[in-house]
Amino acid sequence: MRVAGIDIGSRFIKLVLIEKGKTVFFKKTEASFNPLENCFELLKDIRADTIIATGYGRHLLEIHQDIKTITEIKAFAIGAKTIFPKCRTIIDIGGQDTKVISLNEKGIVKKFEMNDRCAAGTGKFLEIMAKALDYRIEKFGSEAVNNSKEIQISSMCTVFAESEVVSLISKGMSRKNITIAIHRAIANKVVGLLRRIPIEDDIVFAGGCAKNRCLKQMLEQSIGKTLKIPSVPELTGALGAALYAEQEVPLTGIGQNLQNFHNEEVENYENRCKESVNR
Amino acid sequence: MGKDYTEMWKGLGLNLEKHAGLLGVLSDAYKNIYLSQKERPAGMGYFDFVISEVHGQRIIEILKAKKEGKKIIGTFCLYVPEEIILAADGVCIGLCAGAEVGTSEAEKFIPRNTCALIKAFMGFKLAGLCPYVESTDLIVGETTCDGKKKAYEIFNEITKKVYVMEIPNMKTEEDRKLWLNEVRKFKEKMEEISGKKITLNDLKKASSTVNKKREALQRLSKLRSADPAPISGLDALLVNQVAFYDDPLRFTEMTDRLCAELEERVKQGVGVTKKGTPRIIISGSPIAIPNWKLHAVTEGSGAVVVGEESCVGERNHRELLDENFTTVDEALGKISSRYLTIDCACFTPNNERPDNIKSLVERLGADGIIHYSLQFCTPYMMEAYKVEKTLKSIPFMRLETDYSMEDMGQIKTRVEAFLETIR
Ligand SMILES: Nc1ncnc2c1ncn2[C@@H]1O[C@H](COP(=O)(O)OP(=O)(O)OP(=O)(O)O)[C@@H](O)[C@H]1O
Ligand code: SF4
Ligand code: SF4
Ligand SMILES: [Mg+2]
Repeated sequence: MRVAGIDIGSRFIKLVLIEKGKTVFFKKTEASFNPLENCFELLKDIRADTIIATGYGRHLLEIHQDIKTITEIKAFAIGAKTIFPKCRTIIDIGGQDTKVISLNEKGIVKKFEMNDRCAAGTGKFLEIMAKALDYRIEKFGSEAVNNSKEIQISSMCTVFAESEVVSLISKGMSRKNITIAIHRAIANKVVGLLRRIPIEDDIVFAGGCAKNRCLKQMLEQSIGKTLKIPSVPELTGALGAALYAEQEVPLTGIGQNLQNFHNEEVENYENRCKESVNR
Repeated sequence: MGKDYTEMWKGLGLNLEKHAGLLGVLSDAYKNIYLSQKERPAGMGYFDFVISEVHGQRIIEILKAKKEGKKIIGTFCLYVPEEIILAADGVCIGLCAGAEVGTSEAEKFIPRNTCALIKAFMGFKLAGLCPYVESTDLIVGETTCDGKKKAYEIFNEITKKVYVMEIPNMKTEEDRKLWLNEVRKFKEKMEEISGKKITLNDLKKASSTVNKKREALQRLSKLRSADPAPISGLDALLVNQVAFYDDPLRFTEMTDRLCAELEERVKQGVGVTKKGTPRIIISGSPIAIPNWKLHAVTEGSGAVVVGEESCVGERNHRELLDENFTTVDEALGKISSRYLTIDCACFTPNNERPDNIKSLVERLGADGIIHYSLQFCTPYMMEAYKVEKTLKSIPFMRLETDYSMEDMGQIKTRVEAFLETIR
């Protein structure tokens, strides 16, 4: 049996195919302004016995194709628990939403919190700030890792923060210091959400922003614990959806191959991802 | 709407163009949210009609009463004693403020971070969209939350007809005295504007009318404890919302009729959803008409809302008034203590509320609570902590939102994820 999970995020659509518990294929594309069309484009060439949709746009497919859905909270729970069987806490920072999830020993969602409606403190915000500072998103924050000097950004509103950044630049503040301030502001927001749920090991950091090393480091410093990151963190939700589709498969022990999953497909998609983000 | 009411609306000074737009949006929303529901009780037909005539027939009735010399009294809070208004032969209208209307006009007077309800009652007035506000002779405000308290000052500047009752912050002996005095003063105010002395008999009659309305709502609430639920949360919410502006006698009769039908359903095990459907209580800030957002999302996600721990809901009808009084003064005393049983989060401490929610959960056999606060509604946002702490054993989710549709995606994700945890 071959099953698919598709995570229709606000920024990217991710598709994972699994067969007998092994990931056999994955692909990622931008959601852009026509997510439904892009979903069909992604699904065009694949063959799957069943498919589960998750993510912000999950109902798009449900309406058009009668495809069953689960929320990304549940999908990330299943995905993260599979990749890291001891997972009890999940941080998912995507393009628009930040979610923190607490699991029991069995991997069942016990409590979760989400940012409120504004996108400040999420991936899209980082992308806009990266652009304002002329960084590529993949590199954003990398030179700020292990740096202690900090200034503060007070505004967390995407619109205002952008102008605050511009004014900091004009005051002669270095790019690097502004970068640190931005990351710190985001980390603080995430920690605020984390305070509302139990924080227990293993803590898995997933979603596209888990690729940001600076953010990882700051979060680790703030909560005083290490974070585990899947090798392709933004795929966690799509994987969870696929695993849910394949329900009879036991929850643990099949995700390990994803921890070091590297093949042509991965590289392909990473390149596409870079292209799309840098456009 | 059936008839052409343009002249009437013009006479009330409404902004006709915007008003037509509002009615269009309302009727579309009603079609999508309400008329698309399955297995609706036939008794909801009356309420469908009431909604379709919300700015039509009911306004005609109100204007007719006004012509006959009755006073039209608008209220924004459960604390304003309806019995006294009715005893003075007045018409009591709970002014709705459940839609995002006239926000930019309202924001000229009040800060952006004001709760949606306050923004809406200012907005409806400023944009000239509410025939009820325009028909009123008196609007009764109260000193509850800071937002309302201060907004009434501005509202009075605009409408020149706001009367404010002082509501204490606590429920000590002194507070009870203060409140009793406020109730007395309100009686005098009503006598003054109606030119009519309120008699014992008036109070008896009014109390019986209001109590009967409460009893009908209690009956509806009890019926919702059946599994499968005989009525959707959306429909029950609508009944609770209509209770605030419909004619009380007719409302009671129609609600009782609906309840008789629901009793039959319960006997036959018929429901709006399958037995075993997750049962949710929505608890917190008022859910003024036409705010159907959270109910629609929750029921659209496969659950059924079985109760509203809200002013538009349990808080409105939980306690009856003790009708055993033999003097006007005794009646006022009973009225003032009845109203102080309302467990509004504006009071401190407010331990009754978590306890009341607990027994509601048991009575309704609920599987989860969504604690709903209007964004910037500090009293309920704050109290969520205590409620959650008291209700340890039941799945609980806090949610803050307003009337806009911007956050629908996030709200849907939250509600669905919450339901996943209790299925
Ligand atoms: N190589 C990278 N390095 C650092 N950050 C990255 C990289 N690639 C993507 N991101 C960040 O990840 C974000 C997208 O993450 P993801 O794909 O998980 O979002 P999504 O699922 O579409 O959004 P949401 O879950 O909020 O609906 C981007 O906004 C960007 O900030
Ligand atoms: S929540 Fe409190 S202040 Fe608001 S209407 Fe209800 S009783 Fe009045
Ligand atoms: S919803 Fe809350 S903030 Fe708004 S008027 Fe009522 S008590 Fe005040
Ligand atoms: Mg996502």
